[in-house]
Amino acid sequence: MEAASLRSQPLVEQQFDDIKQQREAAKLGMWIFLATEVLFFGGLFLGYTVYRFTHGQIFVETSRKLDVILGGTNTAVLLVSSLLMALAVRAAKLDQRRLLTGLLIATAVLGGVFMTIKGVEYHKDYVDHLVPGTHFQWHGNEPQTAELFFWIYFAMTGLHAIHVTVGIGIILVLGLLSGLGKFSHGNHNTVEVAGLYWHFVDIVWVFLFPLLYLVGHR
Amino acid sequence: MDEFRLFPPQASPVAHEVDWLFFALTAITMFFCAVVFLPIAFFSIKYRRGSRADRSHPWSKSLLMESGWTVVPLVIAMGLFSWGAILYFHIETPPRNALQVQVIGKQWMWKLQHAEGKREINELHVPVGRTVSLTMTSQDVIHSFFVPAFRVKQDVVPGIYTSEWFQPTVPGQYHIFCAEYCGTNHSRMIGRVVVMEPIDYEKWLNSGEPGEAVALAGARLFRDRGCSGCHGANSKFHAPRLEGLYRKPVPLADGTFVNADDQYLRDSILQPGKQISAGYENIMPSYAGRLSEEEIMQLNAYLKSLGQQEAPSK
Amino acid sequence: MITATEIDIKTQGDMAPENYLSVDHSISSWLLTKDHKRIGILYLWTILFFFVIAAVAAALMRIELLTPQGDLVTSDTYNKLFTIHGVLMVWFFLIPSIPAVLGNFVLPLMLGARDVAFPKLNLMSWYLFVAGGALALWSIVRGGVDTGWTFYTPYSTTYANTHVISMAAGVFVAGFSSIITGINFMVTTHKMRAPGLTWFRLPLFVWSLYATSLILVLATPVLAITLALMSVERFWGVGIFDPKLGGDPILFQHLFWFYSHPAVYIMILPGMGVISELITCFARKRIFGYGFVAAASMAIAVLGFLVWGHHMFVSSQSIYAGMVFSILSFLVAIPSAVKVFNWTATLHKGSIHFTTPMLYALSFIGLFTIGGLTGLFLAALAVDVHVTDTYFVVAHFHYIMVGGMVTAFMGGLHYWWPKITGRMYPELPGKLAALTTFLGFNLTFFPQFLLGYLGMPRRYHTYPAEFQAFNVLSTAGASILGIGYLLPLVYFIWALKKGRVAGPNPWRATGLEWQTPSPPPEHNFIKTPIVTEPPYSYSAEKDADLNLASI
Repeated sequence: MEAASLRSQPLVEQQFDDIKQQREAAKLGMWIFLATEVLFFGGLFLGYTVYRFTHGQIFVETSRKLDVILGGTNTAVLLVSSLLMALAVRAAKLDQRRLLTGLLIATAVLGGVFMTIKGVEYHKDYVDHLVPGTHFQWHGNEPQTAELFFWIYFAMTGLHAIHVTVGIGIILVLGLLSGLGKFSHGNHNTVEVAGLYWHFVDIVWVFLFPLLYLVGHR
Repeated sequence: MDEFRLFPPQASPVAHEVDWLFFALTAITMFFCAVVFLPIAFFSIKYRRGSRADRSHPWSKSLLMESGWTVVPLVIAMGLFSWGAILYFHIETPPRNALQVQVIGKQWMWKLQHAEGKREINELHVPVGRTVSLTMTSQDVIHSFFVPAFRVKQDVVPGIYTSEWFQPTVPGQYHIFCAEYCGTNHSRMIGRVVVMEPIDYEKWLNSGEPGEAVALAGARLFRDRGCSGCHGANSKFHAPRLEGLYRKPVPLADGTFVNADDQYLRDSILQPGKQISAGYENIMPSYAGRLSEEEIMQLNAYLKSLGQQEAPSK
Repeated sequence: MITATEIDIKTQGDMAPENYLSVDHSISSWLLTKDHKRIGILYLWTILFFFVIAAVAAALMRIELLTPQGDLVTSDTYNKLFTIHGVLMVWFFLIPSIPAVLGNFVLPLMLGARDVAFPKLNLMSWYLFVAGGALALWSIVRGGVDTGWTFYTPYSTTYANTHVISMAAGVFVAGFSSIITGINFMVTTHKMRAPGLTWFRLPLFVWSLYATSLILVLATPVLAITLALMSVERFWGVGIFDPKLGGDPILFQHLFWFYSHPAVYIMILPGMGVISELITCFARKRIFGYGFVAAASMAIAVLGFLVWGHHMFVSSQSIYAGMVFSILSFLVAIPSAVKVFNWTATLHKGSIHFTTPMLYALSFIGLFTIGGLTGLFLAALAVDVHVTDTYFVVAHFHYIMVGGMVTAFMGGLHYWWPKITGRMYPELPGKLAALTTFLGFNLTFFPQFLLGYLGMPRRYHTYPAEFQAFNVLSTAGASILGIGYLLPLVYFIWALKKGRVAGPNPWRATGLEWQTPSPPPEHNFIKTPIVTEPPYSYSAEKDADLNLASI
């Protein structure tokens, strides 16, 4: 590509030939990153599986201590936010700037709601002495295994919460940029790639919810 | 024990068998080195820059050759795998009716106890010709019990029992090494196996202060710590009887069966809720932290000796 | 050929005035660069720094091991030395060596691209690497770590009194730099190939980097989460690995080796790719069995994920698991063997130039063959029981990682040096260094196979006197090896100023990286190249009398 034609298209970074190549590269990059993320959570899922297998009964008992209503609400909140994100991607593609801004902000707000509910839950766990460490108290069988379950619970949901927080940050920034008109005229790629990330965060929760909250409920 | 040598002593039947596999692997290594290095040397001379060799019609592919050098190594590899696996199965299957020695690893020493009660530190006296079986665990980090002269090694892991066996055939002294890195004095966590003639072994065993046999110590604990209160013959509580239990399948509350091996006995003492016997309530308190590794091993030895007896009729 | 030489001399006369080095000399132009070539050089200096520290640790250990008693350093210090050596060599030298230095520099050039797909992320990967390295150094400066590079629990979580968490954090952060490099390479290879450059026209180095990236992306996160869990457990005293807390220490080993075994292939696959480039160029031959060599890289990457359990044959895992891991480990040996046979066959009817890179390539084949075959001893279950955790293992993996990867790295560095700097290194000292390294290496590590079979465990500060003779031999070899590595450092620096001007293609090599001036312009190509033929279109018959040294 000649330098002159490059400059006429300011959206394309210098290493790419055209916008299509750039778009495909960004999307593929995000997919590969998500593969990394799956394996990142994978270590925790493996730990969970091993102990669920060896200490199944205790896991069922400890799981009952978690609040299914709050957890279920959070599942709904995240699913709706994922829907809004999908609509935002559509709005970006159709160049509907104001709708896009609104949807992005709404997605981020729902993310915030999720984090708030999660915080309430964590607080409840703290009050109930369910946070592993010196504070932990368990009156049933095998307190050590129960502590192990809560340790895995906090590790998994905590790691997920970090991802949600990062996602909220990204989406808020995108909302701001969208308000400034950055995503007009086919420049919807960033929104699309961020959408992939947000859906991933959602899917992880869809696995966490039954594994952690529902094993104790038949 | 300390003279320079090129090859480790072979002091057990397993040592000979492992060495045969080792020699076979060495021969195959030399064969493949020849297959690769000789042509490289030959081509390097013949086709060196400026030589007058014929370079016309070079090949850059040949399905026949590719399949040849894929399939031949594959067949050899599978042969080596089978040989290694069969021998491994032999090494990893502890024989019955062996001399029982209990080993506890801790930073940085080996504590050993013979079934007759004799204790040793960093030394293991055994009679020549008899099979010796070690039941091992660790009080702290992971160690590994390695006797090069017998070609055996097994990690000694906290929280679980592992086992290792050998049959010494040559009297003498052999190194014990800790082979899994365990902290500051890892390289000083060493000892020796002393293989003796049976008569000398008997003499050694009866020398010094007589110790309490391990199973007897276990029986004492079984009474003193209250185990017999529930598991004993006259118990009022509904608890499983333990006679004839060892190495038998035990039906569990969830419908599965578990083999009552050393690990099962250990877990049942420390984590009674983990595997509940069918027909019993989960009422036993955990003894985790209330018994030392040594005491658990003694209890186990007692339960094993109960295992020789007939199971009581219900 | 004469005409070609003349053309070359002309291009030498007017060396491209604007190249990636000359565009800007300021420090900020380096620290803020998004140019993959400059980032490659930043990586080169960084890993060199870590290599020197890790090598000094190794030297101290070898001197200590001259005598059976511990007389130079205390046991604690010795334990810290091998931990520093392991951690720095694995994560801060070997893993980034070929991918992040040579890969970063030549991958886009080989693809005919202007840069990698995400140049900003590429720079960020270097900063993460530096940050991780700084954490590791901080942990060393505060007193070091004594867990070994494997961080086995419960020693690391409960019993070690050293700075485990900061070291693990360093490795954790550096891991993300690997992941970013992997993502970048994969996307670049998928999306940014020059017109006509189909998958089966890719140089084999690109295939091997692609396979490496796959491992980087899929294995590194597992290490990251494992080390994070280990650190949290150490910090709060709650967790899933220490049996005292109700956890399982073997689970840590499974998770650790799920990363660290594939990591071994991160530390050899790129080396194999470099060797394919060197052998073809200096035998003036098309590679024998291109498809098989490329497929072998992918097979190694995939099978490499399924063999981690062979580190744990005596760890108390079930014997049936042991058998599955053993058979898979034998299987993963096959694609490596296929590569070696194909390289050998490539020499047939070639026109072989014994230049420095070629000497490194040939010594790679020799050392890798021995390293690979001794891997069979370790895959064979019954023999592994005896030799695992002894010096046999130490010798084996040094044959692969040092004899293999470092040798390939040196070969590649010499091969692309004229492309990177625009000047030739001096050939005679180059050959001398290659031979010294080869001899020193074998003298260092071959005795360790014998030591291992004799039963000397690894990570031993003191040892029984009967092992001394082989240890002395090994230390003697290490001093020769040290000279072999110091020599290039001297003449490379000399060559930066005084080396002969190389011209765009001093090796008369195919491959797109040679179709642009040396050093390349900022955006690599003056005109985007178009590819019309398969790689390695050399003709030994035509080049029978070619003398690269005189060009």
